[in-house]
Amino acid sequence: MARRYDTRTTIFSPEGRLYQVEYAMEAISHAGTCLGILANDGILLAAERRNTNKLLDEVFSSEKIYKLNDDMVCSVAGITSDANVLTNESRLIGQRYLFQYGESIPCEQLVSWLCDVKQAYTQYGGKRPFGVSILYMGWDKHYGYQLYQSDPSGNYSGWKATCIGNNSSAAVSSLKQEYKENEMTLKDAKSLAIKVLSKTLDMTKLTSEKI
Amino acid sequence: MECIIGIKFNDFVLIAADKTNAHSIIVMKTDENKLYQLSNNIVMAISGEKGDTTQFAEYIAKNIQLYKMRNGYELSPTAAANFTRRNLAEALRSRNAYHVNLMLAGYEKQEGPQLYFMDYLASLANVKYAAHGYGGFFSLSIMDRYHLPNLTR
Repeated sequence: MARRYDTRTTIFSPEGRLYQVEYAMEAISHAGTCLGILANDGILLAAERRNTNKLLDEVFSSEKIYKLNDDMVCSVAGITSDANVLTNESRLIGQRYLFQYGESIPCEQLVSWLCDVKQAYTQYGGKRPFGVSILYMGWDKHYGYQLYQSDPSGNYSGWKATCIGNNSSAAVSSLKQEYKENEMTLKDAKSLAIKVLSKTLDMTKLTSEKI
Repeated sequence: MECIIGIKFNDFVLIAADKTNAHSIIVMKTDENKLYQLSNNIVMAISGEKGDTTQFAEYIAKNIQLYKMRNGYELSPTAAANFTRRNLAEALRSRNAYHVNLMLAGYEKQEGPQLYFMDYLASLANVKYAAHGYGGFFSLSIMDRYHLPNLTR
C-alpha cells in the first residue's frame, strides 16, 4: 500500500507521512553510532569508528567528526558522502556570517540555516533527502555550551545528552537514566560515554581503536 | 556642512549631530534628526548626501531589527558596525554607492562602550573620539588635548 507513495519525496502519503524521509532515517540507524553529552565545563562527542580494516590508509584523522569553525564541531551518522556535502555547506554558512558580522556565528543560527537546506530537499526539487543525522556541539556568548541534533527531515532540537546511529534508542535510554543534570564534568561525561558505548556497540570488547 | 561628533568614556559614549538641513545658501530646516536608534543599545549618527542618508540609515536599522526578530537576541555594536561597513563597501563598487559618513555608538556588557567612525569609502575605525564635517577641525584638537577616559557626565 505504501509503495505507491514512496517513490517521490515531494508528496505526502494518505496517512500524512513523508516516506522518503523515514527511509532516510532507517538508513541512518544502520550507521556508526555517535554520542554527545553536555557537561558543566564543555561538551563531549564520541563516535564509533567502523572501518577498522588494516589495509585502510588513514588519510584523515576522523571520518565522523568535523570542525565547522573555531567554536563548533559536528559529528555525523549516515551516508558519508551526503555528510561531506552538508559539512562543507555548514562551513560556508559559518564563514559567510563571519564575513558579514565580523564575529563567529551563534550555534543555533548555524544549525537552523543548515536544517533549512535539508528541509528544502523534502519539499521541492524532486531530489532525495540527505541520509545523514548530525550532532552539533559548540559554544557561543549567548547560551554557552550547546548540543544540537538534526535529522533528514530538517528538524532540530537542543539536547543535554543524545545519540544517533546504530542502537541509538538503547543508548538514549541509558543516558536518560545515568545523566545528572548540572553535575557532570567533562571527565564524568567521558566515563559515561564509554560506559554507554560499550553497552550498545556491536563488538564484544571495546578497545581504543574503535572510537 | 553637517557635523557629527562622538566621544567615548569609561562608562558611557556620547554622540551628537547638528540639526541643520541646508541647500547651499538656503537653510531648509533647523530641526532635522540625524540620529537613528538601531537597537536598545546602539545609536547611529549619519551625514552626507541627502536621500542616501535616510535610505542607508533606515536600511541598516531595519536589518538590525530583523536580526533581533529572527534570533531573539540583538547584535553587538561590533557586529552591527561590521555589518554596516560590509553593506557600504559592497555598494561602493557597484552602481549605487552611498555617499554617507557615519558614527556608530553602542554599549555591550562584555566590552563596555564602543564608538565606531565610518566614512563614505567604508573605512571603519574603533576610536575614543572622532568627528565628521568642518566642525571636526575645531573639535578634534580640543579632544586631543583634553580627552580623558574617566570623565563623568
